[in-house]
Amino acid sequence: MFNPPSPHEVKILTRRFGVQNSHTIDASLAHQGYDGLKKAIAMGADAVINEIKASALRGRGGAGFPTGMKWSFIPRTSPKPKYIVCNADESEPGTCKDRLLIQNDPHSLIEGIAIAGFTMNSNRGYIYVRGEYRYLIYILETAIAEAYKHNLLGQNILGTGWNFDLFVHSGAGAYECGEESALLNSLEGKRGTPRLKPPFPATHGLYQSPTLLNNVESFCAVTHIIRDGAADFAKHGPEKSGGTRLMCISGHVQRPGVYEMPLSTTLPFLINEVGGGLRPGRTLKAVQPGGSSSPILLPEECNVGLDFDSLAKAGTMAGSGGIVVLDDTADIVAYALRIIRFYQHESCGWCIPCREGTTWLKKILERLNQGEGTMKDVDLVGELAKNMFGRTFCALGDAAAWPTGSIVKKFRGEFETKLAAVQARQVPAELVNIG
Amino acid sequence: MSIALSAATEARWQKILDAYPEGRKRSAVIPMLIFAQDETGIITRELMEEIARRAEVDYLQVEEVVGFYSMLRKQPLGKYHVQVCTNISCMLAGGMELWHHACESLHLKNKQTSADGLISIEEVECMGACSWAPAVEVNYDFHHHVTPERFDEIILELKGKG
Repeated sequence: MFNPPSPHEVKILTRRFGVQNSHTIDASLAHQGYDGLKKAIAMGADAVINEIKASALRGRGGAGFPTGMKWSFIPRTSPKPKYIVCNADESEPGTCKDRLLIQNDPHSLIEGIAIAGFTMNSNRGYIYVRGEYRYLIYILETAIAEAYKHNLLGQNILGTGWNFDLFVHSGAGAYECGEESALLNSLEGKRGTPRLKPPFPATHGLYQSPTLLNNVESFCAVTHIIRDGAADFAKHGPEKSGGTRLMCISGHVQRPGVYEMPLSTTLPFLINEVGGGLRPGRTLKAVQPGGSSSPILLPEECNVGLDFDSLAKAGTMAGSGGIVVLDDTADIVAYALRIIRFYQHESCGWCIPCREGTTWLKKILERLNQGEGTMKDVDLVGELAKNMFGRTFCALGDAAAWPTGSIVKKFRGEFETKLAAVQARQVPAELVNIG
Repeated sequence: MSIALSAATEARWQKILDAYPEGRKRSAVIPMLIFAQDETGIITRELMEEIARRAEVDYLQVEEVVGFYSMLRKQPLGKYHVQVCTNISCMLAGGMELWHHACESLHLKNKQTSADGLISIEEVECMGACSWAPAVEVNYDFHHHVTPERFDEIILELKGKG
């Protein structure tokens, strides 16, 4: 059903994948399951946060914010209830890793959330799962029930006197709910629109209470960091981007798949050695290294590391770990249109630069893709993208502007060629109206 | 109550309502809607009114979320809702051609349902199967690496199940 593993992988988060019935608590406990929680309880909250800081773990949902620092922002002694929320609303195009983690090892996630609950002196957590991942909701509910039976959730956990309840919450189809404040609105039963920040969820999150919100993979990493120590994790990446991450490679490679790789991996290595390289006779055209929101890279820009800082330095981002590879057969104009169709569909309509900007970008790119525009339209796309950037409530507007702006800038020639060809009626029929 | 739901859905609703703190039942609205829709196939005014009553919110607070979330619907779809992803990773792996094949072979357009009510199709955004593209989700069941031939087989299987 999924891709076979690669011999180049470093299996930390995926270490229990392939174990028979790996989703059950028996399999988990037979492979050090919940040892991290026990260790966290013995260490105490301050030591847990310091350990996560030392691991150089950065948020795996997309923003790459240092997880230990995020944890230190939560007012643990606040008299208000503290909530732990897990973002399992995975929906960034190019990204399909959280699904694998939950399917294969739900207890690693539950353990990570429980460690957070203990650390934050919290009594309640939620896992927000996108509506399309219904089967994962059932897997999680079964796993949570098992954890209750083993006194790893519920009342007086492991004799500590600490109580923690964990629930699964279903979304209903909205990319915007992956944005943390929109997710919290959705979890409160509202439309998934973002909130003005500050205040941040750390102090005013779910029900206006202190809330720790992390991605599935981040919580799973915490489990292993606490169990095996920060150094064991950090050593797999550069100083400020510790550990491994589940890299999702898709598009025009011979072995697309999800592979757990050290953050010290380079993009050429991932494409050629792990992903099996391009198809025979094909050449590289472009790569989006961090999901559909990331600025596109030209082949000559691809000699880069896949850690957060290296990709930022290259003018793009590591994002959610979705690496989309395009070879010379890809129609970049149709590709740009498909990206903007997505953001236009998913824009929540809360703020005007995003709502109107994505709509206008879609209209112009549709025209260009049909060969009905002029080169002035290409300039207009770049201008619109520039004017959206940084002017929206949340990052969705940026996420639409980034790739689009970078594509028209770096592939202007492709737009010219397509326009000229269509206008001369020489374009092969299959290149028109795709996307 | 004005609408009758199965015992399983009633039990699910109770589980959902119990998952939120005192005074926070509004949180239950979206999960209640989607689990009820699985049974009813469609969100009616009566269903929204019932959820408003149970979750102790205004009717409009239910109505406004139904209009926001793409999986919640007021128009019925087929017993088997076949969702074809054409987003970037699927597109590069033939997802767009697969979508066109779906429309042509079933003689349906986006969000249309077959005359017998069995099958509906929809072009959807990323479903989280990018590395095993192109992907199709039938209701909540994933299918990976779907070729046009495999698509036809899936449809035949659905028709066989009825």
